[in-house]
Amino acid sequence: MSNKVNEFQILNADDDELMQISREGTLSLNLKEMQTIQTHFSKLQRNPTDVELETIAQTWSEHCVHKTFKCIILYSEEGKETEKIEGLFPTYIQRATEEIDKPWCVSVFSDNAGIIEFDDTYNLVFKVETHNHPSAIEPYGGAGTGIGGVIRDSLGTGLGAKPILNTDVFCFGLPDMPYDELPKGTLHPKRVFKGVVSGVRDYGNRMGIPTANGAILFDSRYTANPLVFCGNVGLIPRNRCDKSVEPGDLVVAVGGRTGRDGIHGATFSSAELDDTSENLGSVVQIGNPIMEKKIVDALLQARDRNLYRSITDCGAGGFSSAVGEMGAEIGAEVHLERVPLKYDGLAPWEIWLSEAQERMVIAVPPENIETLKDICEAEMVEATVLGNFTDSHRLQVFYEDEIVGDLDMDFLHKGLPQHIKEAIWRLPQHKEMPSRDNDIDNYTDDLLRLLASPNIASKESVIRQYDHEVQGGMVIKPLVGVENDGPSDACVTTPVIGSEKAVIVANGINPKYSDVDPYLSAASAIDEALRNITAVGGTLEKTALLDNFCWGNPDKPDRLGELVRAAKACYDIATAYGTPFISGKDSLYNEYHDTTTGEQRAIPSTLLISAICVMSDVRNAVTMDVKSPGNLIYIVGNTYTEMGGSHYYGLHGFIGNTAPVVRPEEGKLTMDALSDVINSGLVRSCHDCSEGGIGVAAAEMAFSGGYGMSLNLENIPTGERITSDDFLLFSESNSRFLVEIEKQNQDSFENRMVDVPIGCLGTVTETPEFIITGLSDKRIIEGSIDILKSAWQTPLHT
Amino acid sequence: MKAKVCILRTAGTNCDAETDVAFHLAGAETELVHIQQLISNKINLSDYHILAIPGGFSYGDDISAGILLAVEMKHKLRNTLEQFVSDNKLIIGICNGFQVLVRTGLLPGIGNNSSQENTEIAQQTTLAMNTSSRFECRWVDLVTQLSPCVFTKEIRSSIYLPVAHAEGRFTASTDVLTELEANQQIVFRYGNRSNSFSDRTNYPHNPNGSDADIAGICDTTGRIFGLMPHPERYLTKWNHPRWTRESLPDEGDGLAIFKNAVEYVKVNFS
Repeated sequence: MSNKVNEFQILNADDDELMQISREGTLSLNLKEMQTIQTHFSKLQRNPTDVELETIAQTWSEHCVHKTFKCIILYSEEGKETEKIEGLFPTYIQRATEEIDKPWCVSVFSDNAGIIEFDDTYNLVFKVETHNHPSAIEPYGGAGTGIGGVIRDSLGTGLGAKPILNTDVFCFGLPDMPYDELPKGTLHPKRVFKGVVSGVRDYGNRMGIPTANGAILFDSRYTANPLVFCGNVGLIPRNRCDKSVEPGDLVVAVGGRTGRDGIHGATFSSAELDDTSENLGSVVQIGNPIMEKKIVDALLQARDRNLYRSITDCGAGGFSSAVGEMGAEIGAEVHLERVPLKYDGLAPWEIWLSEAQERMVIAVPPENIETLKDICEAEMVEATVLGNFTDSHRLQVFYEDEIVGDLDMDFLHKGLPQHIKEAIWRLPQHKEMPSRDNDIDNYTDDLLRLLASPNIASKESVIRQYDHEVQGGMVIKPLVGVENDGPSDACVTTPVIGSEKAVIVANGINPKYSDVDPYLSAASAIDEALRNITAVGGTLEKTALLDNFCWGNPDKPDRLGELVRAAKACYDIATAYGTPFISGKDSLYNEYHDTTTGEQRAIPSTLLISAICVMSDVRNAVTMDVKSPGNLIYIVGNTYTEMGGSHYYGLHGFIGNTAPVVRPEEGKLTMDALSDVINSGLVRSCHDCSEGGIGVAAAEMAFSGGYGMSLNLENIPTGERITSDDFLLFSESNSRFLVEIEKQNQDSFENRMVDVPIGCLGTVTETPEFIITGLSDKRIIEGSIDILKSAWQTPLHT
Repeated sequence: MKAKVCILRTAGTNCDAETDVAFHLAGAETELVHIQQLISNKINLSDYHILAIPGGFSYGDDISAGILLAVEMKHKLRNTLEQFVSDNKLIIGICNGFQVLVRTGLLPGIGNNSSQENTEIAQQTTLAMNTSSRFECRWVDLVTQLSPCVFTKEIRSSIYLPVAHAEGRFTASTDVLTELEANQQIVFRYGNRSNSFSDRTNYPHNPNGSDADIAGICDTTGRIFGLMPHPERYLTKWNHPRWTRESLPDEGDGLAIFKNAVEYVKVNFS
């Protein structure tokens, strides 16, 4: 055996020693897994090599195999019998998609991204990933490689999609956090914010992909564990969506060289952070967007000439997971000394596991290799034959002609022991806040403070740093209105220039509601994403969803209980709306352990729902800015007293107990009817009601359009009796929209919305005053749109 | 004769596809050509009438924007380019392409025509880091100046296009600025609608702090043209950020620039 390869002495190890080996090697394998590996190698009568044990650890990591979403869960809720759940993913996510059964779903959950139909020539792929742990330690590099990685997911789907759109959602600690309150070993939220934005900007812009949708959220619990969601949409010819591998095909690495960067990324991200995590610098990768651009340029040419049969990206686990996955059904043989290195001195296992960025692996029939190499050379990209696929059903790794790893594919991919985890859910009780109607004269100050709160305030300074116009197809931009600075609900792009067929991308995320009930948070996230799609002219009928769960440690029953609640909502609401999940990902263990205080901090349970919709005629799209004085403003959808987790309650230090419920029968009726009137051209502007309710939504519409509004709360349709102005103004009930209608269209609008609760609240005014009259006929909000806008624009201006 | 356009690509070019669409819509025949294909003589630049250098981050804009591609062009394609220019053919550089043209010295190219054989074409101006110190994407009003520029012939007095760059602040010495002015080489200046385009233009209307609000210049012949804004991103009214609230012509402001180039070829090369 080569002296560059070591064995792990596990055969005679006791349980303590097994766990010590796992810990010291950053393997993140638990005792049961270590024992399973021990038993396997006992039968072989040998110890595993470092290449082998590391390969198993990567392949079995939470990051790669999503154990928590596949394991058996014993779930108990107060007062109910314990429920046995045979895997959250099959039970709640996959089953929803199967039951909805949309004919336009081309490939779901099997490839690197989900695929849906677009037009006669193309399909769309969509994937969202997280890069949380790396971004906590090194925000610029972590976020940049996050976007780089998800772009490679699109390129690694089918036979490769052309990236056409990026989306980014970030969750940070509060930007004004005092430095002396910063947990040990963590970076200040402002620094994380700046680094993450710069990282995503520099990678996405250099790749020439428009970044046109996203969100930024702030909560003190994200300080030690910031969240960075990066998404990419790709366009792929319909006849390039299937992949296969055959014995004899060459294993070819395309792209950047391999170094020691990013070793143990997959296992690292499957553990909690503490104040020593910052020392793990080598787990964060280094990005080079121009290398990735060259790979895209070369591989799309090779794809169109049918030069390879399969493709995947080197993400977590590097070659070990890319080659291991591609050859899972047949076998593969790889020679590590052929891998082009950035510098000498890497041990074989390091070459095998390195997560150096900008590398793809393709399966090339031998007769095509010369043509492929020519194309790569012309684009100045390295392409190297590392070995070939076999029919041995083994993953065989060589280094300088010696075998350094020889694993049974079956054990590697199916040997992971089934876990059983316990989950508990208990409904928390929070203090309620009474209406403030009797205490104060008006809510102008509340509205100004809501507009200025970092979660609601304008993100223009960030949005402008992203190129949202490149590729020339953006039709509804992230910033809209008379001064191009209003907050668009969703972006709409035409990937085939000259065609009216468009793609809408939107998102929904409501971690604050998780403090009340993660079920409501997840349900509301779906509703919000669908509202955003509907508001610009999309339809539920042609909308697909992505789920990205970011949670605390799922080995703790209360955290897992919250995850079960959220997964149940995903099934219930997605099936009710008929919108299938096509892809998803989870990032667990987002917890910080403070070794000085012993304190354990988890992030708020956070589900990001991303939505993608195919719009048949982009000319029917609408924006959220009001268009003309004299037009009528309607509220669409019922309002309820649902203040729990609302921004208004948050402003006054309350959480409450009644977070917004989703009533999908009402919601679907509302959104279908609204899609119909929008696509008939009856709506001049439309904005969804979300953070800050009707008050904030109306103000945003007014100042984005440069006109005033005069509204009355009297005509708001309610699902229950509401007598307080503040609850009507700031409730965040789901499935509601504000729309602007020309007077001449009032009758046809009302006729077509006859089955939906609507109410005319007032008009758009030439005078730039924003006025709302309350139930007792008193002006409860009065202010110039300039003051409102400036309150909204100032906080995150730089 | 159909105008033939060579759309130059290299590592990091990323606006080639939409530039290709723009020239197609203008009636040209196009080809995406990697610079290695020109250097290795697999493709001859002389087969084309128009050379377009699109936007992007050529070679990552390492060192500074456009410089590596400019060096490569100057040293490996010098004769080819000189021939192309002396054949009265057209060159347009957009965003990163403009940065490349400035760094090669082809723009503004003051005195290039009279230069001796074998003298180095010198860089006379630069496109420096924006005064905001960061990349910005926004739409800007451009005021068309009186110039010999072939690409902007009979174009409207003001047009609207997006910019998206970090290094777009046009900077030159007072002497060079005076000469540009005297030669009518300034093609577009950033303007401010609400100011009726008078006076100096403030941020963000002048998005990068360019001297004299300069957004685009041509050489003294008007056949070499470079600009920071992206005309290929405004080809139809659906590209306009306010198409949902303004009545606009179906054709975007950017298309005329490509049409003018195609028309020039038709008149001069048939």
